[in-house]
Amino acid sequence: MRLPIIALLLALSACAQQPPRDDSLYRALGDQAGIEAVVEGMLLKIAADPRIVHHFEDVDIQRLRDKLVEQFCMEAGGPCTYSGDSMEESHTGLNLTPSDFNALVENLQAAMTEQGIAIPAQNRLLARLAPMRGQIIDR
Amino acid sequence: MMRMLSLLGLGLFSCLSLADGRLLATGGASSLEGAAGGGITPWAVLSGYGERGEWGADVFATRVETGDYRLDVAGVAASFDNRIELSYARQRFDLGNLARNLNLPENSLSQDIFGLKLRLFGDLIYDRLPQVSLGLQHKRQRDFLIPSLVGAQRRKDTEGYLSASRLILGGAFGYNLLLNGGLRYSRANELGLLGFGGDRRDRHSVLKEGSIAVLFNPHWALGVEYREKPDNLSFAGESDWADLFVGYFPNKHLAVVLAYARLGEIASLENQDGVYLSIQGSF
Ligand code: HEM
Repeated sequence: MRLPIIALLLALSACAQQPPRDDSLYRALGDQAGIEAVVEGMLLKIAADPRIVHHFEDVDIQRLRDKLVEQFCMEAGGPCTYSGDSMEESHTGLNLTPSDFNALVENLQAAMTEQGIAIPAQNRLLARLAPMRGQIIDR
Repeated sequence: MMRMLSLLGLGLFSCLSLADGRLLATGGASSLEGAAGGGITPWAVLSGYGERGEWGADVFATRVETGDYRLDVAGVAASFDNRIELSYARQRFDLGNLARNLNLPENSLSQDIFGLKLRLFGDLIYDRLPQVSLGLQHKRQRDFLIPSLVGAQRRKDTEGYLSASRLILGGAFGYNLLLNGGLRYSRANELGLLGFGGDRRDRHSVLKEGSIAVLFNPHWALGVEYREKPDNLSFAGESDWADLFVGYFPNKHLAVVLAYARLGEIASLENQDGVYLSIQGSF
């Protein structure tokens, strides 16, 4: 009889103790508008990059853009939820190499620099994405 | 024949121009002994920018000027598959004041260094483990008269080193931090310019070396290096080396390193502080 109340109290106090989400990276990237500009800038650079553009030939770029924006926003601590496929799923069959991965990183860095994003904020986003490499290459 | 040559040329060119799979500055500069690295120490990274299945290569020239002495180095290195590196360097050490003061029979010392470096495991940036490489350097002193007069035991020798490197994204107050540490198994006197082994000690020593650098952006690095040295000859002490360097990587074809080096006592002359300048082209 008392159990549900205790459970409720416990759950509530757990909520109360949860630290507020750290959205400092999200803000450093320029909020939603900044992230959209970064993703679009990156996709434009990829479109002009002969090293990797062939991977994107038959891709629904609008969807890719939207999913990337969601993902970067969420990784940066912003108010978004990523609704796309897992990294393994979306890159399986592409046979991406370590060089492909670095090429995308370079395009992302260039896009962020163009948006005037400070180097420490750039590095924080890269540090969030770098651990995904194992799920992306060689699949 | 001409057609074949030009085809070969084209083939080579396309190989070389493909080899930029690694990120800027991760090919390092060229160390004094020819291996990819910092200035006075090698790093675990391989020369050039080749990733898996790709070639990388560099050529370099370095000058160190201490007032009493001058060291000139030129060399080449090539790597394949981000796995194996071969290098060659020629060093020429100008004895300047020492040769004049002591009426030495020669005024410079030279040596050839043939290097091999193998990435054992890990990755500079991405893997769970740092990049770890094993290196061998075969050194041949070319003017052995002076070294033999001051007690050196051998004209040529082979030494090994183990090096670990890691780039920590945002590791230095948000800026990328590069850490390198290594152990060398060597009995080279002043890199081998004064021969190998000595009258005081003729065994290999395990020597520590390392460096720390901060990358303020993908193009600029600022760091310090340290290299322990053996002390095999009784005629003069041999100091550990350290330097403070700035590295500039405008693109994947050029690297420039300027350093202030503290080289201590060299062949009986003390306080050899000097300027180090190295220019590297990579493909
Ligand atoms: C940190 C690195 C990367 C991240 C965070 C990332 C993220 C994503 C995301 C969120 C999607 C959309 C998934 C979906 O549609 O539900 C995606 C799809 C895709 N990615 Fe990546 N990706 C990375 C690296 C790469 C690289 C290096 C390449 C190729 C050079 C690449 C090529 C693609 C392609 C072609 C698709 C579309 C697949 C399809 O729709 O069939 N990605 N990626």
